[in-house]
Amino acid sequence: MTVRVQTEDFDLAAELAALRLATADIGAVVSFIGQVRDMNDGDAVNTLTLEHYPGMTERSLAAIAQEAKARWDIISSVIIHRVGTLKPLDQIVFVAVASAHRGEAFKACEFIMDYLKNQAPFWKKESTPDGERWVEAKSSDEAAQTRWKQS
Amino acid sequence: MNIKVLYFARIKESVNYSTEDIVLPAEVSTIKTLKSYLAKRGEVWADLFSGKQVVRAAINHDLVDDMMAINDGDEVAFFPPVTGG
Repeated sequence: MTVRVQTEDFDLAAELAALRLATADIGAVVSFIGQVRDMNDGDAVNTLTLEHYPGMTERSLAAIAQEAKARWDIISSVIIHRVGTLKPLDQIVFVAVASAHRGEAFKACEFIMDYLKNQAPFWKKESTPDGERWVEAKSSDEAAQTRWKQS
Repeated sequence: MNIKVLYFARIKESVNYSTEDIVLPAEVSTIKTLKSYLAKRGEVWADLFSGKQVVRAAINHDLVDDMMAINDGDEVAFFPPVTGG
């Protein structure tokens, strides 16, 4: 389980290779990239600035990765989230999961993203031609997390 | 009881504080009572902490609900619903 919060960009190919080549029992790697869009709610976005809660962020992401490992038979995972000011097409977040077979990796990767969206203490502020504004949390993100709830 | 309180994002900008040390009166012992206590500081605070807005809380880096007890030395944080990813 690797968790990193950083301002600098990351090398997608290098991250995937490190995860994929760690052990020979890995048969599947599923990954997700989130990147900055140039539009949101009908307005042009010039930059996106991410604030976070140092200490809690890393702890929250590690707990989510741990929960994914407890629920599915996965071998390892990587979560990288950037903070600071980003521009359209910049990478924001990377989640990758390695497992023996694809099914577990697909589920665990989606689970990690859904929980990260609702639990990890990051906040986005957009700079648009009309000024700056904080991004509002979406109820669809909360619904995405709720479907993983265990009864 | 002495605690440290942190504010983030929109809330930090509204109250114009990122962090402060607070000596709590005896009747403040949970997140809920701390919110009520802060709401008495003035209009901006009342707007944020009287229940009209969703304000999430963490104690010592764990997300908690309003009924959670606060202990001496705790680090309490208040922030809007998260929007990462």
